[in-house]
Amino acid sequence: MNVELQVNGTDHVVDVEPRKTLLDALREDCALTGTHAGCEHGVCGACTVLVDDAPIRSCLLFAVQADGYQITTIEGVAPGPGELSILQDAFCETHGMQCGFCTPGMVLTGHALLKRNPNPSRAEIVDAISGNICRCTGYGQIIEAIELAAERLRGRNLSDSISAEPTMVHADIVAPEDEPERGIIKAAGYDLPHEGKP
Amino acid sequence: MKAAPFEYVRPSSLLEACSILADDEDALPIAGGQTLVPMLAMRLARPTILVDILRLPELTGIGRANGFLILGATTRQVEAERSALVASDLPLLAKALPWVGHQPTRNRGTVGGSVANADPSAEIPLVAATLGARIVIQSREEEKVLPADDFFLGAMSTALEPGFCVKELRFPVWPKGRLGVGFHEISARKSDFAYASAAVQLAADDDDKCLNIVLGLGGLSDRPVRISLDSIIGKDLRATSLPAIVAEAVGDACDGFDLRSDIHASASYRRRLAISLAQRAMRDAIDGALQGGGEAQ
Amino acid sequence: MTAQGNFRYVSTTRRVREDRRFVVGRGTYVADVPAREMLHVALVPSPHPAAKIIAIDSAEALALPGVHYVLTGEELSGAVDPLMNGLDTPHVRRFPLAVGQTRYAGEWVAAVVAETRAVAEDAVELVQVEYDPLPHVINPERAYEPQSPPVHPGHGSNVLLDRTFVWGEVDRHFAENPRHLKFRVTWGRNSTVPIETFGVLAKWDPWREILDVWASIQMPKYSDQIARSLRIPLNCVRVHQDVDVGGSYGVKRGIKHTVLVSHLARRLGRPVRLIEDRLENMRAGDAHGPERIFDVEVAFTDAGIVHSMKMRALDNAGAYAGRAPFQLGKPIGAIVGPYQIKSVQYQAISVTTNKAPEEAVRGFGQSPTNYAIETMMDKVAAECGLDRIEMRRRNFIRKEQFPYLIPSGTRYDSGDYHTVLDKVLAHANYGELLEERDRLRKSGLLAGIGIAACLEPSGGNSAFEPLLNEKNTTTTWMESCRINVDGLGFITATMHTTSSGQGHETLVATVVGEVLEIDPDRIRVVRPDTLASLPSNSPVGSRMAIMLGGAAFHAAQIIKSKVIDLACRYFGREGDGVTYSAGAVSDNATGKRLELAELVNIAHRHHHSLPEGTRPGLNSEYVMQVPGGGKLAENSRIQMYPAYSFECHLILLSLDPILGKPEIRRYIIGHDCGTIINPHIVKGMTLGGIAHGIGASLLEEFVYDEEGQFLTGSFMDYLLPSSHEVPHVEMVHHCTPSPLTVLGQKGSGECGYLGAPAAVSGAINDAVRPLGIWFDKLPIRASRISDAVAESAPGHSQ
Repeated sequence: MNVELQVNGTDHVVDVEPRKTLLDALREDCALTGTHAGCEHGVCGACTVLVDDAPIRSCLLFAVQADGYQITTIEGVAPGPGELSILQDAFCETHGMQCGFCTPGMVLTGHALLKRNPNPSRAEIVDAISGNICRCTGYGQIIEAIELAAERLRGRNLSDSISAEPTMVHADIVAPEDEPERGIIKAAGYDLPHEGKP
Repeated sequence: MKAAPFEYVRPSSLLEACSILADDEDALPIAGGQTLVPMLAMRLARPTILVDILRLPELTGIGRANGFLILGATTRQVEAERSALVASDLPLLAKALPWVGHQPTRNRGTVGGSVANADPSAEIPLVAATLGARIVIQSREEEKVLPADDFFLGAMSTALEPGFCVKELRFPVWPKGRLGVGFHEISARKSDFAYASAAVQLAADDDDKCLNIVLGLGGLSDRPVRISLDSIIGKDLRATSLPAIVAEAVGDACDGFDLRSDIHASASYRRRLAISLAQRAMRDAIDGALQGGGEAQ
Repeated sequence: MTAQGNFRYVSTTRRVREDRRFVVGRGTYVADVPAREMLHVALVPSPHPAAKIIAIDSAEALALPGVHYVLTGEELSGAVDPLMNGLDTPHVRRFPLAVGQTRYAGEWVAAVVAETRAVAEDAVELVQVEYDPLPHVINPERAYEPQSPPVHPGHGSNVLLDRTFVWGEVDRHFAENPRHLKFRVTWGRNSTVPIETFGVLAKWDPWREILDVWASIQMPKYSDQIARSLRIPLNCVRVHQDVDVGGSYGVKRGIKHTVLVSHLARRLGRPVRLIEDRLENMRAGDAHGPERIFDVEVAFTDAGIVHSMKMRALDNAGAYAGRAPFQLGKPIGAIVGPYQIKSVQYQAISVTTNKAPEEAVRGFGQSPTNYAIETMMDKVAAECGLDRIEMRRRNFIRKEQFPYLIPSGTRYDSGDYHTVLDKVLAHANYGELLEERDRLRKSGLLAGIGIAACLEPSGGNSAFEPLLNEKNTTTTWMESCRINVDGLGFITATMHTTSSGQGHETLVATVVGEVLEIDPDRIRVVRPDTLASLPSNSPVGSRMAIMLGGAAFHAAQIIKSKVIDLACRYFGREGDGVTYSAGAVSDNATGKRLELAELVNIAHRHHHSLPEGTRPGLNSEYVMQVPGGGKLAENSRIQMYPAYSFECHLILLSLDPILGKPEIRRYIIGHDCGTIINPHIVKGMTLGGIAHGIGASLLEEFVYDEEGQFLTGSFMDYLLPSSHEVPHVEMVHHCTPSPLTVLGQKGSGECGYLGAPAAVSGAINDAVRPLGIWFDKLPIRASRISDAVAESAPGHSQ
C-alpha cells in the first residue's frame, strides 16, 4: 500500500505492507535510522517520535495509519548540519546519555514537554520521561539536561513570533586553552578539531 | 516481533466499518492501537483485516446531553485528560486518567479502546463501572445502549459481538454540589497494570451527611466491580466508623472473587490492598466533599 | 603533570564527545549498518525445557515466497566447532542451534533466512519440529544432587564446578571465636538488559577471504572465537569496531548469534543479519545474569570483629557452560570486601539446569557477593547489638594498611574507607537521618536505613581463569593505543575495541591531551577494524580507565619523547638542554623555540636536517599489560585485578505496611575511584549502576515455573526501573589514587551496581526488623513485604 508520510517537513511516499510499523517505515523506507527499536511492544520508548508535537510510540502505529500527521523524528530537531538545538546542547552539557540508544526518544519527549510547559518542576520532568526507559544513566543527568534547557529557553532572545522549534544556541567561540574546564565549546568546533590549526 | 500479515482498510463511515466487521469475524477494529498493536506484534492476535476507525466522524467529540457526559469512542485519553468538560462533570474520570498508561500512550490511546479491551485492571472501565456508565455500541443493523455491568463480561471479554463497535460512552453526571472523588491504585511501577485499584465518588449534604456514594474495585475480579456502600448513605461523613464499614464491604466482596496469585502479587496482598485503597479513596472523597467539593480536585 | 591533582584536562568537566552524535540520532548501531542484498534471520524456539529433537520439517517454511534457507543444528554442528567453554568441560558442548536435543524453553532449534525479518518470522511459524520431551531440572539445589536429570548426559552430572578454597586458618578461627552466625541469601536471576538487543551482520567475501562482522558486541577475544568456531584463520575475520553499542553492561557476548550468522553468510553468499527481537532476547539471547544461593557462616567477637567467613555460593548457570562459572571466581579477588577478615573458606559451585544460559553481567559476580557480605555484616551487628556503621568502622581495613593482602592472595592497592564513610555521614547529616527515620516510624510507616560498603575491583585480568581451570594458563590481559601525528601536525589516536556508552574516545583524547599538553578537543580518536588493530581485551572488568588510559598515556609519552628527541637533534642539544611545553620545544640556552607544526614538518619532510638513522614521521604505539598481572596461581592464591575503588551507600527508605511499596527518601553514595578522568562519565556510571541495583533488588527477575516455562519474556513482566523508580542520588567524592596506574585512576564502570542491592535490601530489612521479619531473597517485591508484615501481626488472619 502507498502512504504519504510527512516527516520533518518532507513528504515521503512509501509503499509498505499494512503490517509495517511507522518505526520500521521511518528506518527502512525513509532512511531515518535515529529512531530505535528497543522492545517493539510499546514499553521502552526508544521508538518515540512526535506526531503533531505529541510524543507517541512509533512501534505502536502502522505506517498506513500515519498519513496526515506532522511527524518529527530526532533528525528533525537540530537546526542545521553540525548544529544542536538548545535542548540537545543541554544534553551534551550535562552528559544526559551514555550509549545513546534511548536518547532520541528522550530528546523528543523533552522538546514536547518544554513546548507545553516552559517551566517544569523536577517532578513534572520525571513524569514526562517516565515512559522512556534508560538503562545507562539512572535518569539523573537527563533530568538535569531538561532543567538546564528550560532555563536557557526561558532566557533566550525571542524573535517576534515564538516558533515551535527552539532555536540553536550560538555558543561563544572560546579558545580552548583559556578555559579548558568550560563546558560549552563552539558547536562546530568538533567537525574541525583544530579550527585549521595544529 | 512483526505482526502476521493483514489487510488494512479505512472506511469513511461507521456503518461501513460495522459492515466489514460483520462480514468477516476475523476482522478487528483499530483506533489508538496501544493495546492491540502489542498483541499483533506478539502474534497473539491475527486479524485478517484491520478496520481503522480512528478518524470516523461518528466516534469523535465530547458533549453533554440529558444529564450525561458523552465521550465519543475515539476520544483520545489525553483529550479527556485535558478537557474542561471532563474536569467539571466527571471529576472521578479526571482523577483516574493520569494513571492510564504513560503520556505517550494516552496521546494515542482512546477511551473507547480501553473499554473495548476490558482489561480487569484498567482505569477507564473501572470508572465506567463505578459510575454506572452506559456503553453505546453500534452494528450495521442496530444501536444498543448497555449498562457497564452488562458490557463487561469477564477478563478481556465484553458484550461486543462481531460486527459491533463501541460508539460512545455516556457517563452520568452527578448534580452540582458537595462532590468528592478518590482514586488509588497500586502496581509495581507507576502506571503498570494495577494489582488493585479503588474508585470512589460521593456527594455530601449541607450537614456533612452522605447523600450518595459509589465505590468500584479494579484488578481483583475478572472485571471492574461496583461494591455497595449504601449503608453509608445518610451517615455523617466524619464518623470514625466508616473505614471499618468499607473494610467489611470490600473484604466480603473479595471473598467472592477468584483472586489471582502470580509472580508479581499474591491473592492475600490483593485483598489487603483492596481494603486499604478503598479506604484511602474514600478518605480523599470525603475530604474533597467536605472542603467544598464540586469540581475535580 | 603529576599523579595527584593539578591536571590540565584530566578531572575537568569536559563534554563527552560521543554525546554529540547520539543527541542528533547519528549513532551507528548495528541495525543502522547498510548492506546490499542483506538477508534476515528469525529463530525457531523450542517450547520445552528439555526434549529430544525427533525431526524438523522445513518444507512449508521453504515454500513461503521470500524464504531462502532453513538451517538446523545438525547441519550447523557439522560445519562449525562448538563455542568455547571457560572451564574444562569438553562434554558440555554448545552450538548456536540445538543439536539432537533442546535444553531450555526458547532455545533456538532452527534459523530461518528470508528477504525480510517479517517474512522470516512468518516462516518460523511454518517450521514443524517434532519433540520428545525429556525430564528437566530447574532448581539449582536439585541440579546439584547426583540423581538430577543431567542437562548434558555426556558430562555425567549437572555440576560444572565444585571447588572449595581454604585461605587461612578457618577452622582455628572458628574454634577460637565462639560467636557464630549462619544464614542464607539468594540473588534472584536477573540481568542488565540493555534497551538495544543483540544484533550482528556478517558478510563473507570469498575472493578476498574476509569475513566482515558488525555487531553490538562487548566481548574479549570475540574475533578469536569467531575464527575458531568457523575454522578460519583469525586474519580472515574483520570485526568493525566503530559500531556503537546500545548498552551492554557485560551481557553482549553474542558469539552464538555471530557464528550462526557468519556460517549463513558463507553458505548463502549474501550478507546475513540477525537483530534479536525482544522475545528472542529475553528468552534465548543467553544473557541472563547470576542466580546464586549463598550459605554463609561467620565467626566473630563480642566486639563485632569478624575473623573468619565460610561461604558456599551455588550458581545456576543454565543450560550451557560458557563463561558464567567464572562469575564465581572473580569475586575471589575481593572475597572479604573492605574488611580485615583473616581467613575464608569459599566453595564455588556452578550447576547446569534447563534454564537459559547465564552470561557476564556488570561486576561479573561481585554484586551478588557483596550482597551476601553486607548482609553478613548487618546480621553480625544485630547479633552483637552494635550499630551497623560502627561495626563496619571496626572491621574496615585501615588507610595505613595498604597495600593490603587479603587471604585469597590479592593485594588491594589503596583506599581510605573510614574517610569516605565519614564524608557520607557528614553529608547525610546522619543524626538527622536517624531522626527522620524515627519520625516516619511514628507516623505509622515502616522505615529503615540501609548501608553498604564495598569494593569495585578494577583493571581487569583473567586471573580467575587459571585459578578455576588449570588447563588455562592465560596471564596476559592487555590493551593498546596507537598515535599518529600527521604531516600537517594533526593528532589521531586509535583504540581497538567497541564501546557501549563509556566515553572511551573522550577518555583517550583527554589522556593524550594531558600528556602532550594539547587540548583534547584537537585530538581525534578512531577505531580501526580488528585487522588493523593492536591487541585489546574490550571493556570488561572495569578496566578501560586503567588500561586504555594507560596505553594512551604511554603512547603519548613516546610521542612526547620523540618530539623532544627531534628537537634535540635539530638544536644539537642533550635532553636536559630543552624544555617541552604544549607541543613546542625550546632550546634552554638560546631560547629558540620550535612549534609542533615545525617539528612535524621536519619529521615528515626535512630528512636532510636530521642525523643518520632518524626514522621519518611522528607516531607511536603501546600495548600494555595489566599492572600486577602476569603470574599464575600459587596454593590457590592469585592476584586478581590491580586497583580497588570503594563505594559506600547510605539509604533512608520507608514503606507503608499494607501497600508494601518501598520508597527511597534519600540516597547518598560516597565514591572513591582514585583520580577521575572525566567527572561526567563517573557520575553517569554511578547513577546508572544504582538504577540497575534498584531494579535487581526490587523489580527485576527472570522467572521460570516448575514446568520450566519462562514467564517473564517481555517488558510487561520483566520490570525495568523508570524515572519514577530511581530517586535523586547525592554523590560524595573522595580520591585515594592508585599507586599502580599512570594517573592514579581506578575503574568506575560498575560503580553503584555493586552496592545498591545490598543497601536497598539492608534498608528494607532495617525497616521490618522491629516486626521480626527478614527478607533473604532478591528481588524483594511489595507483595511479599505486605504479606510478611501481615503475617507477623499478633492474631493476624489475612
